[in-house]
Parts: sequence; structure tokens; C-alpha cells
Amino acid sequence: MESLEEIKARGEAAVPGAKITIVPNPGPANQPSLLLDHEHATAIARFLRNDVALRLDHCSNATGVDWLDRKVSKKVKVKKVVEGEEKEIEETHEEFFPGYLEAVYHLYSMTHKHGPVVIRMRTTDRGEAARLPSLTPIFRSAEFQEREIFDLYGIRFDGHPDLRRILMWDEFADFPMRKDYREPDDYEYEPTPHDDVLEKAKEHYSARPQLDGAENLTAQS
Amino acid sequence: MSVGFHELEEAPPPMTSRLEGELLEVSMGPQHPSTHGVFRMNVALEGEIVRKLKPVFGYLHRNHEKIGENTSYLGSMPYTDRLDYFCSMTNNWAYALSVEKLAGIEVPERAEYLRVILAELTRLQNHASLLGFLLSDMGAWGTPLMYAFREREKILDLFESLSGSRMMCDYMRFGGCRCDLPPGWMERARKLVDGFPRFLDEFEKLVVSNEILIARTQEVGKLSAELAINAGITGPMLRACGVNYDLRKVDGYGFYPRFKFRVPLGEHGDCYDRLMMRVLELRESVGILQQAMEQIPPGPIVNPKVKLRSFRPPVGEAYGRIEGPKGELGFYLISDGGSNPYRYRVRPPSFINLTILEDLCLGHTVADVMVILGSIDIVMGEVDR
Repeated sequence: MESLEEIKARGEAAVPGAKITIVPNPGPANQPSLLLDHEHATAIARFLRNDVALRLDHCSNATGVDWLDRKVSKKVKVKKVVEGEEKEIEETHEEFFPGYLEAVYHLYSMTHKHGPVVIRMRTTDRGEAARLPSLTPIFRSAEFQEREIFDLYGIRFDGHPDLRRILMWDEFADFPMRKDYREPDDYEYEPTPHDDVLEKAKEHYSARPQLDGAENLTAQS
Repeated sequence: MSVGFHELEEAPPPMTSRLEGELLEVSMGPQHPSTHGVFRMNVALEGEIVRKLKPVFGYLHRNHEKIGENTSYLGSMPYTDRLDYFCSMTNNWAYALSVEKLAGIEVPERAEYLRVILAELTRLQNHASLLGFLLSDMGAWGTPLMYAFREREKILDLFESLSGSRMMCDYMRFGGCRCDLPPGWMERARKLVDGFPRFLDEFEKLVVSNEILIARTQEVGKLSAELAINAGITGPMLRACGVNYDLRKVDGYGFYPRFKFRVPLGEHGDCYDRLMMRVLELRESVGILQQAMEQIPPGPIVNPKVKLRSFRPPVGEAYGRIEGPKGELGFYLISDGGSNPYRYRVRPPSFINLTILEDLCLGHTVADVMVILGSIDIVMGEVDR
């Protein structure tokens, strides 16, 4: 199989305007990957699937990865004039890397029996803009797997024919595979009609005479 | 004052008991014996004919991947047994293989041979019990399943004497296996493997040319090779469509290139081909087992350089896959240098093989849906994770 550099060069030539970045993999597995931009991701994926030499027709695995916001503090020596004297002072610089969600696809070729070519896409943030183009129109095998990514990570795939929750129930609100997901205190809790009644009933009770502050603590957490 | 019916402005329309041209929505499962676990299908029927089918699952979901990310690398090993609880040995191997790729670990020769032997034994018992379940779905109640389970029982006994557990074996370790064979194990295994073709001959003679079986399976649930490749179908289901893609040949992991075996291929991609694929693969597995038992060398069974405690692979990521009995079983791991994986992902074959369930079932009757589902070979522990 061609090297990733060659694939990158040919892909960028085949899809004008596409930007592909090679993400290195420092581990011994030696599986570096191609980072695709949102706009041209489907076109690049179609190129990878249809190109005669590559024919990466088997999308084996599609999955999400969550990368949280990172702060990396570096100590930098800076020369400064302090009280008329030039001194070397150590200053800590904090560099902020915003978090993102990532979708990773492992492509193999059943025709030529080579692979893997790993492609990945990154969302711009972990909130509202967690959207990516869907590769389901190109690889049908991504259908359930992208639904699973949506279910567990909350990445919305534009162009997916049937984007619903797949493993969690439909009423579930959170995305449990995210790194900052907090498990509910009570899994068994289900809202009941009585909750509203109890809430209303509170209005009719007078305030408790002695408050020790513990109520506020439980209310906040 | 009572109101008589003659005072109605308009007579009510006559009752119709037939749903002509209308679709009837039926929820099949989740507590149904032929759905192989807690699996539900929302089916829209026109008479007996399936017009729409949406699989619904997640009843066994326990977020295996999240638990894997919160446990050490080795801590996930016993938990992989619970994925596809029929094939704990192959699950162990796939996970061990991925971690070995991630950390760059060599495996001693004897351990690789042991892994091949155990994986093929797993394939024997998985395919044998699948044949039993499939026939059970078709109405051949009990007897074929008991025949298959008799063979499975012997293999589980072997697993028990080796690992201490019949189904949850937890046998493989990173860079090798947990313990060596107990005395007399190889003789017992050899006896079993040599006797296995007899079971197959008997089974084939009784079942495979049976007229009812042929009528129920041939031309049912046909899958084209193009769709199978595009939908990521793997394992016997893919090869039933005539696509020659067996990871034991393609990736050549675990000394498989040293053994002589053929990859059986189907032609039509229907349920009958899928069923026959299992029978033929069983024969090839028996061949691999005999060769492996002949060749297995003495020696260490685990790489001594691998740390058992505080095992920390270097930063990086790896995707490893093996040919499980149900298809391509892969593990995708990202290490951030810590003792837990940063990302731990299972690529479950039966989950992805379910993608095309609707395509297979459309236009067939409800009774065929059970046969098609049985021929896909799913285990809900793996689908729901």
C-alpha cells in the first residue's frame, strides 16, 4: 500500500480545496491517521473508497473519542529589567487547548486486502457545534456505529438517514461516554406525577423554624 | 330520555375485520426465545409479509467501554469474556492482541499455538451451537440443539480443566497465556478433535439435505456481495456471499500462515449458504486443530518482560482485530501513558452484522425473520455491550 503522504497528496489533488493533515502515532503500533476537514470529508472518503489503487471499501470500525479542554503550563525564562537590572526570571505560561470530540474510522480494503488507513474528523467544540458530516452514505457499516457515537458522545452527524439513540433509551438526556459525564446519584429514580404534587404542596407549608444550612447544601450539589 | 339508534344522523360505517392495504405494527421481542436474548424488532406487516423492520436493542447495555476506561488494562481482561459469552477465548485473544500491538509485546511460540488451539476450539463450539439454535428457530425443537450441545459440553469441559471456568475463561494475558496445559489435557483434546468429524457427518446426514430445511433457508434473506462489503459484514456471513476475506489469511496473525486450511466460500448469500458455511468452517477448524496439536513446541507460555502490575503502555493508539467465530472482532485502544486506557473501544461483529437486518427481511414472512436472524448469529452481550 502507498504511504500516507502519497495518499494525502493524491487525495488533495483529487478533491480540490481539501485539507488533509497527518496525525502521527508515537506508539509501537505505527498506525498514523489522516485528519480530514469537515467540508471535504465525504468527498475524500468517497475518493478513498473508489480509487482503483486504494479501494478502501471496508469501513471496519467507527468510533468517537472525547478530548477535554487542556491547560499546559510551561515555564519560560524571560529576561526582564527589574529595578534597573536585567534579570532572568522564570514565568509560567499557561497555554489553553480547547477540547473537541473526534470520530475515528478504520478503513481496510477487501479487494486488495490491505489497510488500515485511519481517518479522523474533529468537531470545533464539545457543545453546540459538535457536528460532523456523516460517512454513512459512503460506508453503510457506519450507520449503527455513527448512531452509537451520537448516543454515547453526542456528535451530530449531518446527512445520517436515521440519527437516533441506539443503546440508551430515547428519553435519556446526557452522553455517558464523555469524560466529564457525571453518573446520576440514583439510577432508579424516575419522575412520577407525585413530584409535581409535592412541589406544589411545598408552597403551603410554612418555612421551617430552625434552618441549620444543611438544606442549602443538598440543594446546591 | 333514551336515544334510539334511528335518531342518529348517520349510520356508523360497517365494521371491517380485515386490514386491507394497511400495515400492522408488531413488536417482536424482547422476551422471545428466538430473538437470541433481549432483542426487539419493530415490524410493520402487510398480512404475513414484512414491509418495515427496525431493530431495537440496548436492553443489556452496561457501557462496557466506559468501565474499560476506568479499569486497568489487565482489569478489562475478565470483562471481555462477558462480551460474547459463547466465545470468551477469542474475545481474550482480540483484546490481548490489541494491547500487544499498543505496547509492542512479543508472544512466545508455545503461547501462540495455545491461542490458536483454544480459538479454534471456541469456533467449534460456537458454530456447533449456532447450528443447533438455527434449527431450533426453524422448528426442529430440541434434538439438533442437544446434539450440538453434547459436543459443546465436551469442549467446555476442556476449557474448565484448563482455565477453571467453562464459559468465562479469562485465560489470555498480555504476551502469552495464564497457565500451561494440565497433564493429559492434550490427549483429551486430541480425542475430541478426532471424534468431531463423526458428529459433523452425522449432523450433515440428518440435517443438511433435509427437505424442510432447504425449503426454509434457500433463497431466504439473500445478501449481495456489494452490500455485504459496504455494510461491513464480516465472518461467515460475508463469506457466504462469495467474498474471500478471512482475517486468518489476510492478517496472518498468530501463526495461522503456518497451517494449511481452505476458506470455504458461498455463492448465493442466502440462509442456506450461511448455514453451510458454518459446517464447512467446522471441518477446516478440525484440520487446523490437528496440525496445531501436532506442531506445538514446549517452551515458556508468557513473555517474562511484560509487567503484570503497573502495566503502562507508551503513548499511542492501536487497532487490533481477529477473526472471531462471528466475524471481525476488533479492539481500538488509545493510551495516554497511564495505567488505564484513555479510550477502549470494542468493534463487535454481531452489532455491525445487524445493520442489514432490515434489507434481508423485507418481502419475507414473519417466520423467515427468525431464520434470518438466527443465521446472522448474534449474541446480545456483544451487541449491547
